Amino acid sequence: MTVSDYRKQEESVTLSSEPAESDPARPLDQELMTINMGPHHPSTHGVLRLILTLEGETVRDVKPIIGYVHTGIEKTAEDKAYWKVIPVVERMDYLSYYFNAYAFCGAVEKLLEVEIPPRAQYLRVIHMELNRIMSHLVWLGTSCIDLGAISVWWYCFREREAVLDLFEMSSGQRMHTRYFQVGGVIEDIPRGWVERVRRFTKVMRTRADQYGALLDKNEIVLQRLRHTGVVDEQTLLGLGVTGPLLRAAGNPWDLRKAAPYSSYDHFDFKIPVGTIGDNYDRYRVRHAEIYESCDIVDQALDGLPEGPFITEDRKVALPPRHELATSMEALIHHFKLVTEGFRVPPGEVYHPIESPRGELGCYVRSDGSSKPARVHMRDPSFVNLQATAPATRNSYVADLVATLAMLDPVLGGVDR
Amino acid sequence: MPDATGLELIAQDLRAADSDAVLGTSYFRDEATIEVAPAFLRTAAEALRARGYSFMASCHGVDYYPDEPRLGVHYQLLDMANVDRICLMTRVPIEQPNVPSLCALWPGANHPEREVFDLFGVIFDEHPDLRRILMPEDYEGHPQRRDFPTGGEPVLFTYNEDKVPGWTR
Repeated sequence: MTVSDYRKQEESVTLSSEPAESDPARPLDQELMTINMGPHHPSTHGVLRLILTLEGETVRDVKPIIGYVHTGIEKTAEDKAYWKVIPVVERMDYLSYYFNAYAFCGAVEKLLEVEIPPRAQYLRVIHMELNRIMSHLVWLGTSCIDLGAISVWWYCFREREAVLDLFEMSSGQRMHTRYFQVGGVIEDIPRGWVERVRRFTKVMRTRADQYGALLDKNEIVLQRLRHTGVVDEQTLLGLGVTGPLLRAAGNPWDLRKAAPYSSYDHFDFKIPVGTIGDNYDRYRVRHAEIYESCDIVDQALDGLPEGPFITEDRKVALPPRHELATSMEALIHHFKLVTEGFRVPPGEVYHPIESPRGELGCYVRSDGSSKPARVHMRDPSFVNLQATAPATRNSYVADLVATLAMLDPVLGGVDR
Repeated sequence: MPDATGLELIAQDLRAADSDAVLGTSYFRDEATIEVAPAFLRTAAEALRARGYSFMASCHGVDYYPDEPRLGVHYQLLDMANVDRICLMTRVPIEQPNVPSLCALWPGANHPEREVFDLFGVIFDEHPDLRRILMPEDYEGHPQRRDFPTGGEPVLFTYNEDKVPGWTR
């Protein structure tokens, strides 16, 4: 391809469309200006590039351009045995790694028809809810920086460190823990972990109270968030938006309640919903979800069943280490699992779960071998990003920054 | 999920509208899938939408290599009122990878369909803005196809930029 061909192709890309609500009868007050925001802009939460069509200070059109951190994880996954895919899918949405791992493991477990022991299900719930708290803390901290309040960021990251310490204690890693396995979790929780989690949830509730005291009635926060970025429920449903954004618009859709998985039906929790779907509702919904997650964690710790933490099916899960010294069969299973991995019956499944950002679904197609034929993540950030344009059209650039923060896209998940 | 009988009833209704529409149904691991011919994708989607499956949860592309027709597009439709999911799928050959776009029904199909176009080369007819989304605009090929090789691309430095094929100043 010659340079001119490339230039031609590049110029054929429509970087901005005519503003949707431009009225031919009303001439524009000012000339339209097309400018770039990002990809290296601190308030785009990663490498998101927005092409803005501005009329003065007013945003007339927004086009998100993505793909700057596309790493081909789905292609990589096709080249790895099922259990080796877990660490790569965890790196997609880097703030909700337990969810990515669970979406994938759940899909494979559905194909294999493995029964998950109750203790493993509870341990998964505890870790996923801690992860949800952690993700919301990062969201709250970074969003408040965008609104000009740096102190909230320090407070949120203080609590986030506490969650990461818990993850480090249970799995040895702070991020991308590889704790969930097909069939259960990799090992049981260490002694003393339960007490530390209980101490954390107790502290977290008072800390969340403090965030609320700092922000809920803060005049600057109210000015920036109330009645900005409003999108109504029907538009959101048409765009496929799920999670806190949809709940902020008043639709209580939450997969943990609607289609409970991993024993979520054992716990008593509420689904916070908003009323008009503006940025303030989005903030309040996520803030309230922190309390609900604390409640779920506490209930799961109270009812944590005894028993195995991973399935006893030796064709799927590694045998305990001590058996290798005495049992030939265990040694063979261990060897087969580590070298080739387990084979999965052919078929296609879709496993949706509720991540901190909405419906995270994993589609897995197996051709009967020990490597997946296709892994696709329906990442909520990727779909929710489509709500940027309806949420920010005809608002000020400053409101766009606030709205983008409240949409909470994670670009690692968007680009995969 | 609709049970196996419910799935057949839905398929029967689609067949009643047009006898060639439904190519097959499958009920696997409690998941219902209806395969339709590409030409009937939009009418089938409209019919399912009218039945209550009014939320398009997800759109996946698949490459069935070495089976023919190779490319598949799956739409996961969701009925929020009855908490019910159904998968609508269609398959097209690589030589003529044309599928009607569902953007008119669900504006949210825009980005996912662009992703499938980008990574598999499925062409969505009447898509408002069909161009690459994850790969660079000047990229050649559709990397998620099964016969697309994995492996590195040369990294451009000043010392080797003349040696990299396809690259000229």
